Amino acid sequence: MNYIIGAFKPPCDIFITFSDERTRKQVPIKKDNGKTAMVPAFQSLETIAGEVSIAPVPGKRLEHTGVKIELLGQIELYFDRGNFYDFTSLVRELEIPGEIYERKTYPFEFSTVEMPYETYNGTNVRLRYILKVTIGRNYVGNITESRDFCVRNYSPVPTINNSIKMEVGIEDCLHIEFEYSKSKYHLKDVIVGKIYFLLVRIKIKNMELEIRRRESTGSGTNTYVETETLAKFELMDGAPVRGESIPVRLFLTPYELTPTYRNINNKFSVKYYLNLVLVDEEDRRYFKQQEITMYRLLETSESS
Amino acid sequence: MAAASAAVRMLPDGGADDEERWLAEGIAGVQQNAFYMHRALDSNNLLKDALKYSAQMLSELRTSSRLSPHKYYELYMRAFDEMRKLEMFFREETRRGSCSVVDLYELVQHAGNVLPRLYLLCTVGSVYIKSKEAPAKDVLKDLVEMCRGIQHPLRGLFLRSYLSQISRDKLPDIGSEYEGDADSINDAVEFVLQNFIEMNKLWVRMQHQGPVREKEKRSKERNELRDLVGKNLHVLSQIEGVDLDMYKETVLPRILEQVLPEFLQVEAFAKFSNAIGKVIEAQPDMPVVGAVTLYVSLLTFTLRVHPDRLDYVDQVLGACVKKLSGKAKLEDSRATKQIVALLSAPLEKYSNIVTALELSNYPRVMDYLDNATTKVMAVIESLFDLIKGLIKDMDGAQDDELDEEDFKEEQNSVARLIHMLHNDDHEEMLKILCTVQKHILQGGPKRLTFTVPSLVFSALKLVRRLQGQDGDVTGEDVPATPKKIFQILHQTIEALSCVPSPELALRLYLQCAEAANDCDLEPVAYEFFTQAFILYEEEIAYSAKLLKKPDQCRAVYACSHLFWTDDQDGIMDGERYLYFFEKGIPQITNTVIQDLIELIRTEKQSDNTAADPLTEAFFASTLRYIEFQKQKGGSIGEKYEQIKTT
Repeated sequence: MNYIIGAFKPPCDIFITFSDERTRKQVPIKKDNGKTAMVPAFQSLETIAGEVSIAPVPGKRLEHTGVKIELLGQIELYFDRGNFYDFTSLVRELEIPGEIYERKTYPFEFSTVEMPYETYNGTNVRLRYILKVTIGRNYVGNITESRDFCVRNYSPVPTINNSIKMEVGIEDCLHIEFEYSKSKYHLKDVIVGKIYFLLVRIKIKNMELEIRRRESTGSGTNTYVETETLAKFELMDGAPVRGESIPVRLFLTPYELTPTYRNINNKFSVKYYLNLVLVDEEDRRYFKQQEITMYRLLETSESS
Repeated sequence: MAAASAAVRMLPDGGADDEERWLAEGIAGVQQNAFYMHRALDSNNLLKDALKYSAQMLSELRTSSRLSPHKYYELYMRAFDEMRKLEMFFREETRRGSCSVVDLYELVQHAGNVLPRLYLLCTVGSVYIKSKEAPAKDVLKDLVEMCRGIQHPLRGLFLRSYLSQISRDKLPDIGSEYEGDADSINDAVEFVLQNFIEMNKLWVRMQHQGPVREKEKRSKERNELRDLVGKNLHVLSQIEGVDLDMYKETVLPRILEQVLPEFLQVEAFAKFSNAIGKVIEAQPDMPVVGAVTLYVSLLTFTLRVHPDRLDYVDQVLGACVKKLSGKAKLEDSRATKQIVALLSAPLEKYSNIVTALELSNYPRVMDYLDNATTKVMAVIESLFDLIKGLIKDMDGAQDDELDEEDFKEEQNSVARLIHMLHNDDHEEMLKILCTVQKHILQGGPKRLTFTVPSLVFSALKLVRRLQGQDGDVTGEDVPATPKKIFQILHQTIEALSCVPSPELALRLYLQCAEAANDCDLEPVAYEFFTQAFILYEEEIAYSAKLLKKPDQCRAVYACSHLFWTDDQDGIMDGERYLYFFEKGIPQITNTVIQDLIELIRTEKQSDNTAADPLTEAFFASTLRYIEFQKQKGGSIGEKYEQIKTT
């Protein structure tokens, strides 16, 4: 394959650079090949600017029908892999048709770009942003080069953030009351709460709190739902008696969470749940799931 | 047989072998992970690895259910030694500034399993307090709270024992380098007490969890763990800043609350009792309230530990009476409150006044309170307030759920209590009676039949006492006159009409009438008789209508006997009328007999009366008797002549 590719080696190299590349925050994203790469992070309404440089193979002349750069926001559903749906598409012409003899650099700028959705790599769906340079050619195929970047959008601290409080149970068997101090958490938040045992007639072995992600893609009959357990956090060991109250303190930092995404471009949703699970001595599981809203809070001090 | 017993003997041996193997596996697990942990510690900058392996090492302590406390202790000690090393490493790391202690405190909480997480948290907590970056009390409070995550008794006990161990030299005691604000000593005590209370709860729970057949084994295991719990008391005794007041007000009551029957063993009562006696003796200036408070504590303890030893409870009350006897009136409202607490504790515990009343010193304490005249009513009020569940229908309480027998027993108890209320001073006694009356009249119909008689007889007793001291009764200013008491009695008995329990009321009226008669209060006696008769006419005679028709007839016969009591000879029921008739009593005329016969006949013929062969036979024989007498002639025969039997 390499040999063949070598034979059809493109007649030029294309480099795309961002103007503030060195100072801009870099975040890891998963590439097509499964490897993680560091890419610059932007947020909605930022200006994306930089340079494209085209360097023809020395001694060769590159004839083209025009050079353009596109900024694309794309959603790819895995049941329809390879088919990208562009929800954002902006174009800048870099060069009118002609010939390139030597290395040439073109500045570009997309000012205050609206990028309402965040970059996301899920189980059945991916949302990505790319800059794509196309050198148009007659008869032979176009030459393209693209570069990923990441979009992250921040939310302010919600004004209303009620606690989650509920009494649940199985009649004459188990009654508990749980309380989580908030219903909306930022990605580096701490879940604080308590579980209060009102009635215990079963032999409980332990209790854990799970964080579950529910990703639903497609619509109608083509809806795919994937639920992943991202955290299993043991809260209690042993059998409590009536009247015991067990503290909850779960730091979210260690887990790879994203904000809650609701109906992104009618294509997918990502929701988060806290699942309280009690396990009895026969390994039966009793659970109660509660949705929580995740949001990305602007970090004041950017640390690694 | 021989084979079977051999097999039985084999089992425990096999179990012990297994246990040895599990312990060995556990120790191997600890050692292996400790090795990796050390390697991470040695190579620096591998904090995450160090945490990972230490958590894995501590995970060995999670699989404890198979080990006896003794073996678990061995495993725990292995891990404990390693944790000391980890603590030193943490201290070094934070001192070098490569990781802040606050970050570390968060980082260890990322561990997914609760037991390793809490061991690590306690370990970092120790470093945190030492760093003084946060007040010791805050860290300790957090640790003692978070440890609630371990509800497994054995694992919880060891974890909390670890907490106690690492914190004992870091309490915000007075004079300690960790001393905090003005309330520091409270924080120190509060922490130790809370950890102790939680440990004690876990320890007690051990007895009740698990299969019944292993109960004995668990008892043995618990004994092995007793010292673990008791160590907290030792730590508590080492706190410098605890003074007598604090010990008395906070520490002792809280500890006593926790102490359960098996704990501190049998002589505890004697020891405490002695100690308290000495404390009180040694401090003659101690206010009464202090002494009584101590007795309340002791009593609470006794009721918990020896609920079956009424003699102990009585002893405490007795000691209290003795102490109080030398004192002047109780003017201190706090002391009075404590006495009320003293009196109410047994009531609450036994929720049964009968038991409380078996305590010979109980009324003595109450008697003593009588000295503080102004308080008497308050005490009785509060006494009744305490048992209000017994003396009136509580809101929402469902009568149909009440066990009839329990209810009767309860009410009998209340009745007995009323009898117990006694005061030598007649005026006071009258006040007591008024208070009691006020309370029991709210009791509702079901209770009145039990409570009213006791009150009536109690009041009559007072009447007789007043009667005994002739001269005094005449004084006009004296409020406690028999007349007044009779008024109260009248009101009280009247209340019975709503029950309705006319027969009881009738009897009580008659009793009162008799008493009034003895007091030479003729109008009063007359009034009572009047009431009795009215009652009889309206209620008792009326009640006859409710009976079945044939019974009615018999009831009418029987009633006749009430008017003319004659003991001379036993005459069978039905023959009474004729008997009286024959005796020539003027009210029984031949018309009456005739009416009676007609009445019986009508009743017999009415549709809804099932024919009763016995009644039938009896009536027929009566009629035959009348006929026979007619035929026999003579003076009796003449009397019967006008009665038609057909």
